[in-house]
Amino acid sequence: MSLYRYASPATFYPLAGRMIPYFAALSVLFGLAGLYLGMLVAPTDFQQGEGYRIIFIHVPASWMSMFIYLVMAFWAAIGLAFNTRLSGMMAQALAPTGALMAFLSLWTGALWGKPMWGAWWVWDARLTSELILLFLYIGFMALTAAIDDPKRADKAGGLLLLVGVVNVPIIYFSVKWWNTLHQGSSVNLTKSSMAQTMLWGMLLMALCFWMYSIAVALLRARTIMLERERHTDWVKAELAGVER
Amino acid sequence: MIYWNSLSDFLAMGGYGFYVWGSFGVTVLIMAGEPAWALAQRKKSLKLLGRQLRAEARGQ
Repeated sequence: MSLYRYASPATFYPLAGRMIPYFAALSVLFGLAGLYLGMLVAPTDFQQGEGYRIIFIHVPASWMSMFIYLVMAFWAAIGLAFNTRLSGMMAQALAPTGALMAFLSLWTGALWGKPMWGAWWVWDARLTSELILLFLYIGFMALTAAIDDPKRADKAGGLLLLVGVVNVPIIYFSVKWWNTLHQGSSVNLTKSSMAQTMLWGMLLMALCFWMYSIAVALLRARTIMLERERHTDWVKAELAGVER
Repeated sequence: MIYWNSLSDFLAMGGYGFYVWGSFGVTVLIMAGEPAWALAQRKKSLKLLGRQLRAEARGQ
């Protein structure tokens, strides 16, 4: 009952506003701890030397790029099934962050690939499917921006998101399904191939990226809510409060 | 315990400095730039919506 209440923009807007500082602060704290462990304490890698330290952003950014897409697809499904207003706004708010995470994954991957494989880029299953993910984000943003009516934009964008969701398991399992240059996963539930400090550094950085993404997406969601609901009383009251 | 012996060791990253700092540098730019961009968008939006609201109020 009380959870449903927050599905309405009028109640979600102030709640999001109160939560943003906490997520931002947590992001900074996790980031500082993760950088301390990963960049200052963790030992070198016996195969890759100090170059492996790119992992502390490459893996968190790659995880977030996939996870944000899944969250957007979840909102798209909710929006298409129940016609809720908030879902389209959330998908819209998450898209730029997801695209930037996908870009960071590819960028840091290129800077890691060059010294380790001798190439900035190879058309390998993992890299290609991650590039497709970036294009899906850009496609979603371009498509929804091109349609004036937000309801229709949400529907079209939602369909694109749901069709594109098959790409996420392809990225995730690509290193198992195909012979690829990309190394297998570094973190495993049963046994991990990494030293303890490396693992903790990476997990803390992942938490940092997680909190960052929530904070910036909520910030963007609040703006989108105001714009889309500008004719409602709650937005008018909100704007009257802002004016000096 | 800190792993590095000196600041220059840390900056050199065992010869991988360009790749490591190239990765971290762009990440910092993006993670500072994106919130700044979102804040600027919000400011712009608040201004515009406030102006529209006042215009509507005058029109009625």
